[in-house]
Amino acid sequence: MATAPPTGAEVKGTYEKGTVDRDDLATAGTTDGILYDVKDLEVYFPIQQGFLKSMVATEKKYVKAVDHISFQVKQGEILALVGESGCGKTTTGRALLRLEEATGGSILYKGLPVEKFSSRTLREYRKKAQIIFQDPYNSINPKQTIFDIVAEPLEVNSICSSEREKEDRVIKAISEAGLRPATEYLYRYPHELSGGQRQRVCIAGATVLEPDMIVADEPVASLDVSIRNDILKLMVEEKEKLGVTYIFITHDLSLAWVISDRIAVMYLGRIVEIGETEEVVANPKHPYTKALISVIPVPDPLAKREHVILKGETPNPVDIPSGCRFHPRCPEAIDACKEIDPEDVHIGGDHYAACIRIK
Amino acid sequence: MSKTATRAKTAPEKKPVERIEHEGLLDVRGLTTYFKLGVGDVKAVQDVSFTVAPGESLGLAGESGCGKTTAALSVLKLLPENGRIVSGDVLFDGKNLAKRTEYGMSKIRWKEISIIFQGAMNALNPVKETGKQIAEPIQLHEGLSEGKAMVRVKELYDLVGISQKRVMDFPHQLSGGMRQRAMIAMALACNPKLVIGDEPTTALDVMVQAQILELIGRLRKELDLSFILISHDLSVMAETCDKGVVMYAGEVVESGTTADIFNHATHPYTRQLIKAFPNIHEKREMVSSIKGDPPNLVNPPAGCGFCPRCDDKTAACETEHPDLVEVERGHFVRCLLAKKGV
Repeated sequence: MATAPPTGAEVKGTYEKGTVDRDDLATAGTTDGILYDVKDLEVYFPIQQGFLKSMVATEKKYVKAVDHISFQVKQGEILALVGESGCGKTTTGRALLRLEEATGGSILYKGLPVEKFSSRTLREYRKKAQIIFQDPYNSINPKQTIFDIVAEPLEVNSICSSEREKEDRVIKAISEAGLRPATEYLYRYPHELSGGQRQRVCIAGATVLEPDMIVADEPVASLDVSIRNDILKLMVEEKEKLGVTYIFITHDLSLAWVISDRIAVMYLGRIVEIGETEEVVANPKHPYTKALISVIPVPDPLAKREHVILKGETPNPVDIPSGCRFHPRCPEAIDACKEIDPEDVHIGGDHYAACIRIK
Repeated sequence: MSKTATRAKTAPEKKPVERIEHEGLLDVRGLTTYFKLGVGDVKAVQDVSFTVAPGESLGLAGESGCGKTTAALSVLKLLPENGRIVSGDVLFDGKNLAKRTEYGMSKIRWKEISIIFQGAMNALNPVKETGKQIAEPIQLHEGLSEGKAMVRVKELYDLVGISQKRVMDFPHQLSGGMRQRAMIAMALACNPKLVIGDEPTTALDVMVQAQILELIGRLRKELDLSFILISHDLSVMAETCDKGVVMYAGEVVESGTTADIFNHATHPYTRQLIKAFPNIHEKREMVSSIKGDPPNLVNPPAGCGFCPRCDDKTAACETEHPDLVEVERGHFVRCLLAKKGV
């Protein structure tokens, strides 16, 4: 157990694995409004090989889901992680909650390394960090009433001293999630609700513990347009009213553009561009971001724009291309791109992009 | 079924079938389709009319449950057992498909009209090689052997941009984008005149969606295909279609060219639906949503179906059912407030 209250990044390395205690978490605070400081995060999944192959193979192979990324999450912002499937956006979100173990690097939550939390601390930490899953049809128990679903986090963590208090908190969370009057929904079952209402129940289940941060993993991907926007609005409202920080994981850059404060564009396990949302969309620097923005369909048939359609598909994250991992598909690639793995280039303000051609 | 099939084969039709004169390649007139449920008939499609000219692309758009897929499936008579076409004509190339027998339809399906289904993973057979599945309709309709059909499949793979080496791959070995390309290859197998795409890009990533839409656009030009795109995504319709039909609660609420629909949207529903999609090239603002739910289609309301959710409703909207009005040439709107302009 460490004695001095940890501050900022200097704590890194002073903890042994599993030694960050609950007391440390209770006393930790944010420095400069930075809730998470992710440094060089790496999440590799080993590939299971047959016995014979493993005898012959010279090296063990890995799916490099997240390959050395660094970013910060500010308190009270919506940070969008945008990218195609397989780019590592969901793995990054799950690693923040330690639902995936990082194989390298470090995630500092209020200055404390998440990967070194003891199991007791981890329980405490997960009250502060919650997740909303993509599919509201499969992520809630069909045999529980709405009340039970939303009250479960309170029970598991034995937070409420009385039934009365529990009920009050559940009702508060449900009505904040937009199901009003909440008492009418308490004893219904999920099958009685529409998709949008179910997603609101999921959000109520996540916010009932009053977390600092919620990872929203494609929360609107399976919803109809007319409902989708309500859920997005709800996220913005909760951010503003309750000060919840959101990590909004989406493949749809136009949705990220609508609600997020900052955008991180991911490609094949790397963040290729990160910055203020309006700045990234209006002034994209990385060729991948430019292509993504150019192909977003626009509800205006007269606006004929040039589409930069990338050839082929995202390569396999086992054999990542040499140099810049985007070079085989990049419309602006030069020879040097095959050799140099680009570093982040500072463009201005909070805007960074990883491309060697940016001056 | 088999009895009718043999009879039709042995006794060729004596009098030549009369060609019905109609507009365009496909002319759907007053199509009405109901589903039978325990509680009564679900009026899924009511009095829907549209035409598709040769080489033209038409978009059918609306929220889920608005009847767009049912309308398209009625064209091919691929409705589930409890569904039936109650009235209306589906005129295709001089024939009335609504009156055709199942055997008669089997000659039309895939040969004349084919369909790209939404979830390629679910539409393809997981235990059969993708190439062989594509060869099936060719063997059936052209009477070719499997070997000869496979030659055609390889050409199709070239056309849709999959390597010929992948013909013997099973669906699970292909990526999502490639499976969708294989579905397109399958739809084109017998050189149909009309292809229906039922949400062909919905489950795909933005970049793969762009690739597939570009492919469909290119094939339409090269093969002079007519295309019906069913999509809930209005922005996809705006980018790919010449004409559009917006459906709500089983009815057409607005139809016209895509420019009519997007730049002169007249029906309150269309206007709200367009606003629900973010336009990344305009000012950033929170997208609005449409409050309320669509009506129950077992007992549709007497007045306008959109009335409870409409911001511009008047007292008459609740009781009087609006007709389609032509506000500009070729631009129809089903709203009491729309003024007849032609």
